[in-house]
Amino acid sequence: MSDRPEILRMAHVEKTFRGDVVALKDMTLAVREGDFISLLGPSGCGKSTALRLIAGLSEPTRGKIEWAGGQGEGDLGVVFQEPTLMPWATVAQNVWLPFRLRGVAYADVRDEVLDALRLVGLDQFMNAYPRELSGGMKMRVSIARAMVTRPRLILMDEPFAALDEITRFKLNNDLLELKAAVGCTVIFVTHSVFESVFLSDRIVVMAARPGRVIHELAVDAPYPRDDVFRTSPEYAAHTRAASDALHDAIGEAA
Amino acid sequence: MTVAETAPPILDQEEERRARRERLERLAKWTLPSLVMAATILAWHLYVTIGEVPHYILPGPGRVFGQIVSDWTLLGTAALTTFRLAMIALAFAVVAGFCLAVAFTQSKFVEMSFFPYAVIIQVTPVVSIAPLLQLYLQDPFAAALACAWIVAFFPMLSNTTIGLKSTDRNLEDLFTIYGANRWQRLRLLKMPSALPYFLGGLKISGGLALIGAVVAEFVIGRNGTGLGLASLILEAGYRLNYPRMFAALILISIMGVLIFAATSLISHLLLYKWHESALKRDR
Repeated sequence: MSDRPEILRMAHVEKTFRGDVVALKDMTLAVREGDFISLLGPSGCGKSTALRLIAGLSEPTRGKIEWAGGQGEGDLGVVFQEPTLMPWATVAQNVWLPFRLRGVAYADVRDEVLDALRLVGLDQFMNAYPRELSGGMKMRVSIARAMVTRPRLILMDEPFAALDEITRFKLNNDLLELKAAVGCTVIFVTHSVFESVFLSDRIVVMAARPGRVIHELAVDAPYPRDDVFRTSPEYAAHTRAASDALHDAIGEAA
Repeated sequence: MTVAETAPPILDQEEERRARRERLERLAKWTLPSLVMAATILAWHLYVTIGEVPHYILPGPGRVFGQIVSDWTLLGTAALTTFRLAMIALAFAVVAGFCLAVAFTQSKFVEMSFFPYAVIIQVTPVVSIAPLLQLYLQDPFAAALACAWIVAFFPMLSNTTIGLKSTDRNLEDLFTIYGANRWQRLRLLKMPSALPYFLGGLKISGGLALIGAVVAEFVIGRNGTGLGLASLILEAGYRLNYPRMFAALILISIMGVLIFAATSLISHLLLYKWHESALKRDR
């Protein structure tokens, strides 16, 4: 596990709002290529703050976030809790966006866009408008958009929280297949123990007030994981461990 | 093609009732207002004939429509003047409203500096500024244009400003993450988000431009400048030529309806593919 090269390092990162609200305290995290890291914790534990800091949407009050070799164009893909698609643009135009904002014409990346849509199974819908799609399909478009530049790191902020459980299970399975297919690195924010165990090889458990890391668990079950894994004793054991850790987090906050 | 696809769809009773109701509603949408119109004209006609109302008090519909035909050269020319005035005012309102709204969203300081004055222009009754405008602008058409513009300008400005500001926060973040520049943000994110609001403003301003044009003509066209339909109405009033007055009034209403229909059509064409307002509702 540790032989994979590091792509991002957070060192003693701290974020304070208005001088006295500590949203995130002393977070250190090394992200290695191929990692699937879940940030698990109750609301207010700073998991979304951590994600925004990594995304460069806000700056740490203290500490450093460093990309190995510096952050280049298209190194980062993001999926939000909502699909966040442009309703006036077609599916293909939405997926083209990361390239478009770099000044790349659609004709030059048409293959990449179609590939990304094929990966999420929506190439048939490239000319549809978002309102014609279901919630799950919109989320797939959002994932395709995050993947289209083949980023070194993909950030996902509770992407499936608003979906029904059946769609959510399906998208969890698909996400792992997708990761296996393109070999990307993911940091995944969630408040679901089950989701974090199923998806990740590392779970970072966080507590609130002040937001901080209190446990780090390894889920060493091999990939590929599927519905069989969901019912295995191994899965149950990991779920128990993650639940206990989360319980600590909630207990400490309360 | 399979049999199932070619066979007529099976409708249960509820579905049949719904289909019937939909057919009826489609029909009623056009026939009902037409019937009301016909009934009103008939009532007007009967009132005038049975009550033996003299035509210099209230002319009957036949006389008014006859007047539109016989006075067409005069009325048509005046209508065209009013229409031109309203459309030019609307065009200026759209351009100025849009540009100023963009300036507002690009800089908070520009908005702080100028927004109060936009409100002042809006709340000052145009009738009270018209004589001054006429004095300073000399040319009556230019003065009337300025009045109509003032009336039509504010809805464009305020709607477009709200639209440009109501972008999805997450999309804004996404544009930041992907390194969008100011122009891309405006062109690819803010302007499309603002489009429905802008078009809403256009519908309001279209009607207001006509009202502003007519009001301006009333105030400015008084001293024999021969401006548009309003001057015609004033003049007909002095001469007790009520059929012509009614004819001019009807032409103004028709123009207003046409402007509304045109702006609604533009709005539909630009939004029907993607916007919620153009979505057919599922029952």
